[in-house]
Order: sequence, then C-alpha cells, then structure tokens
Amino acid sequence: MATDTRVQPAPTVAAAQPRPLRGRSGLMAVFRHVILLPGVVFFVIPLVFMVSTSLKALRQIALFPPELIPNPVLWANYPEVFHYAPMHLYFVNTLFLVLPAIFGAVFTSSLAAYAFARLRAPGKNTIFIVLLSTMMVPAFVTMIPTYILFAKLRWVGGFKPLVIPYLMGSAFFVFLLRQFFLTIPRELEDAAFIDGSSRLRTFTGIILPLAKPVLATVTIFAFMASWNEYMGPLIYLSNKKQYVLSLGLQVFTDAYGNEWGLLMAASSMMVAPVILLFFFAQKHFVTGITMSGLKG
Amino acid sequence: MAATTPALSAAETRGFWKSLRGREALSFYLFIAPWTLGFLAFILGPIVASLMLGFTQYDIILPAKWVGLKNFQDLIADPLFRISLGNTVYIVLVAVPLGMVVSFLIALLLNQKVKGMAAYRTGYFIPSIVPAVASAALWLYLLQPQWGLVNGFLDLFGIKGPTWLASTTWSKPSIIMLMVWASGGTMIIYLAGLQDIPDTLYEAASIDGASWLRQLVHVTIPLMTPTIFFTLVMGIIGTFQVFSVVFVLTDGMGGPLNSTLVYLIYVYRNAFVFFRMGYASALSLILFLIILVLTLANVRLAGRWVYSEMETE
Repeated sequence: MATDTRVQPAPTVAAAQPRPLRGRSGLMAVFRHVILLPGVVFFVIPLVFMVSTSLKALRQIALFPPELIPNPVLWANYPEVFHYAPMHLYFVNTLFLVLPAIFGAVFTSSLAAYAFARLRAPGKNTIFIVLLSTMMVPAFVTMIPTYILFAKLRWVGGFKPLVIPYLMGSAFFVFLLRQFFLTIPRELEDAAFIDGSSRLRTFTGIILPLAKPVLATVTIFAFMASWNEYMGPLIYLSNKKQYVLSLGLQVFTDAYGNEWGLLMAASSMMVAPVILLFFFAQKHFVTGITMSGLKG
Repeated sequence: MAATTPALSAAETRGFWKSLRGREALSFYLFIAPWTLGFLAFILGPIVASLMLGFTQYDIILPAKWVGLKNFQDLIADPLFRISLGNTVYIVLVAVPLGMVVSFLIALLLNQKVKGMAAYRTGYFIPSIVPAVASAALWLYLLQPQWGLVNGFLDLFGIKGPTWLASTTWSKPSIIMLMVWASGGTMIIYLAGLQDIPDTLYEAASIDGASWLRQLVHVTIPLMTPTIFFTLVMGIIGTFQVFSVVFVLTDGMGGPLNSTLVYLIYVYRNAFVFFRMGYASALSLILFLIILVLTLANVRLAGRWVYSEMETE
C-alpha cells in the first residue's frame, strides 16, 4: 500500500544531500534558508512563548520587549493552576475518553475491517457502500439527533455519550484498516486455517500483529481526536468535576481573564503530552496525515 | 425427494449456515456486529432523524410538532442566519486559499534537499497538532492588544496594531491568522505529493533547458493538481465547520457584534442554549447542503484542471 512507500522518502533525501552544489543552486540554497528561517520562527515562536509566559509573573508579562527567557523563572504558576481548577481530575477524565476511543479504533473497527477485507457474505457490498457514503456526512449533522437520543436515555451530564459511541469504532477507521488488510497476503491465513485455527484466532494471532504499524497510526488518530475533542464535552458535561482538559482551559479564559501565566501554564500542560507523543511517533503522525490524504 | 426448486427450503437454509460459506457469512456478521450497532445508533439513525427534525418544532421536553417548511421560511428572514453564513464564507474564502498557498510554498522550499529539512518540517508542522482549544488560548494571549506578541512585533516597525479580537474589522483576520498558523497538515500532504514526482521528469525538463519557474509551472503544479484539489475540498469542508477555536476566542459569543458568529456557533446556540432543536436542525441541513453542493461542484470542475494519469486504485 502507498502508505508504506510514503515513509521512505526521508532517507533518500538524506542520502542525496552530499550531491555537489553548483554555483547557482548554492545561491538558491541560501535563498531558501532566508525564507524558511523567518517562516519557521513565525510558526514556532508562539509555542515558545506559551511556555515562557507560563513561567512569568504578571509584572513580567507586561514587559516590553517581552523576555524570551523569563528572569527570574517563576515556577509558581504550575502549582497555582491546581488551586484554581482540579487539573489532575481533568487529566483523568480526559484519559477516560481517550482509552475507549483507542479501543474502538484498535478492536471494534479492525474486527469489522477484517470482515470487510476477507470474509464473503450476502449483503456485504451494500453495507460497505452505506459505510462509504456516510463517511462524507459531517459530524454536525448527527450532533442534534444524537443529543436528543442521549437526552431521552438520560445520559446527558455524564461520560456515556462521550464514551459509548467511540467504543463502537468509526466508519473512517474501518475503511482505513480494511485498505491495509487487503494488502496482507492471504497465504498467511490459509496456513493457519489448515492448522485448524478459528477465524477469530487467525485475526488476533496473525492479522493484528502484522497490522501493528497501521494500528499505531489509527491509535494516534483516535488519541488526538479525543484529546482535542471540545464540542462533545461542551454539550454533554456540566459538572465541573467531570470536565476534560479542553473544557478545563475555559476556567482560565473565563473567570480569570488576565491571569495569562496561569492560562499558559494550563495550556502547556494540555499540549505537552501531544508534543511528546509526536516526537516519539513522528512517523505515524506523518503517515496518518498522508493516509487520510489518500482516501480521496 | 429433495426439492429442486430454485427457492431454498427451510432445511436448505439451515444447511447453508452449516456449510463452509454459511459459516464464513456468519462470522462476517458477527465480526461487524459491534461496529454496526454503533453505526446504526449513532450515525445512520441520527442522519435519517436529522432529515426529519428540520421540519419540526421541538424543545426535547414537549413532543415534536410537524411545522412543514416554517423553519426554512424563518431562516430566510433571520438576519443572524445571513450574518453567520457570511462570516463563515468570509473565513473560508480567505483562510483556505491562504493556508494552501503558504503550505505549498513551504513544501516547495522544503522539498529541495535543504539542510536541516527535518527540523524545518517539524517546526512548520507542530502548530497543527496543538489542540484547538490550547491554540485558541495561546492566540488569546498573542493577540492581546497591549502586551501581546503580535502587536509588540508590529510596534518594532512603528505600526500601532489593532485591537484584534475586540475589533469588528480585525476579529475575522485574527481567526484566519490562527488557522494559517495551524495549517501544517496541508504542508505535509503537499510534501508527500512533491516527493512522489519522479526525478526523471525534472531531469528531462532541465535537459530541455526549462528554468526553475517553468519546471514549476509545467511539471510540478500539473502533477500536484490532484493533491491540491484534495486539500481544497477538504479545506472548504473543514473550514465551514470551524467551531472550537472561535468558541474559545470569543467566549462562545461570536463577538464583537456578531463579527465572528460562525455558522456552527449559531447552530450550537439555537440547539443547546435556546433548545430550538427543529430550527437548529434546519440550519444544519442547510450547511450540509452547501457543503454537499460545493463538494460535488468541485468534483465536477475537477475534470477540467486536475491532472490524472492512471488511477492507482
């Protein structure tokens, strides 16, 4: 599948670097840096200042020109954040949404994806076409009816509306994983069948281990989506003890409008795990994006 | 005697489920069962319901009342509908092309064996993975009129910066700025596309004496049209649904003076602040229709300008 070849270009680029540069292209290289460097500063500096401001007292924040490295470095904003809002609870609550979403992606969706990729059954194509066509329906279309459904079930005000639907997987993941499973040679499973292994055993024992890279990508997708999820928690959660991080930040934008140090400290805490994950699994982020870019 | 009619007898149906093919079908249905359950309850069911809700008056507590086209008539007369649609179209028209051009330029520059390419790529990409709510919080600070970084920067050039989010003129550009800042995903897609263009094409072009610019116009851009087209469509669809960022930046109000009241915030307010579920559903249907028409129109027009060789599956 194309995704596997997509990861390759990086090494080839590196390998091609020592190629001798001619005079004009040497000039071009300098020109490139002249444009790229200020550009990348524009993209990165806001984040640097997110951290830097989180380490400043209000008096330092009002300084102009702003200090890149605060003097003195004030760590107090971080513990202070916990006085204003139970951030540790928000972390736990967010994980409470993230984990089912990952489960839904890795197990529920891949089980269905395997069935679509391998098993024959009457009505399969029709079901798959319905799946594909609903993938194009934006989430806001289903938002109001699902809210009504959860209101009728008396689930509003709790985690269930933010957990149960995600446990059930998503059409997008099913589609993505099916494309991958189609590329796995059938012979591998046939051998297992001859040995008398059941479908489910074949799936968990042979297919899932082979699919590790794509499962990692899908996990990151699911993690990012539910870590960032805002509208759902906004609609369904009302008790401040149940807030997730995305809602929790609001505590600092709302009531304490001028506490920039606190707001930036809280924001940094929400961003840090994402950035960390990115550095550990950069490849999967990039494949994830190009993969979703391929579905069109 | 055994039945030879084409229709399956009960015994034969039972036989089917016991046959190898039958067992395979059975495991298919079992495997897709959990997903199908969720799909019916939370996707397909709601989609069907949304088609009907738009024609009702409903506040969840009292039973829904069928009102025919009334919601859609109200909507035409509703100034906030027009304002929110106008604001959203403004943002789509500026942010989507701007984000695409910036991403494309960066991708072009990064594609050419630049030293430190990995670092650059990471730098440009990272803002796009920052959670929307956190980036909104960050820009709230950056755009702060007195000591925000943006106005501080403008001050270096002797420009007195506007009040950004507090100004009806600059509030939408503020949002667009944030969106362009977070458009690194598009850049990554372009970069992948550029790296797929075979080197032989450029070699052939430079043997023919084509300059860098001519190579760009005659080789790179034509070959990139499928990718550009894809990001255009996805950009339009995504930007029409802008919500979280604006919600956080404006405290859920879409202010000042409704200048950032984007479409989904207006839907949100109708549904979850005023509990006008029928009216909000009608609004959603209109947006869905707009997105659908734009997507189909794009696909239609694509034939004229999108280059395609053999489709690779």
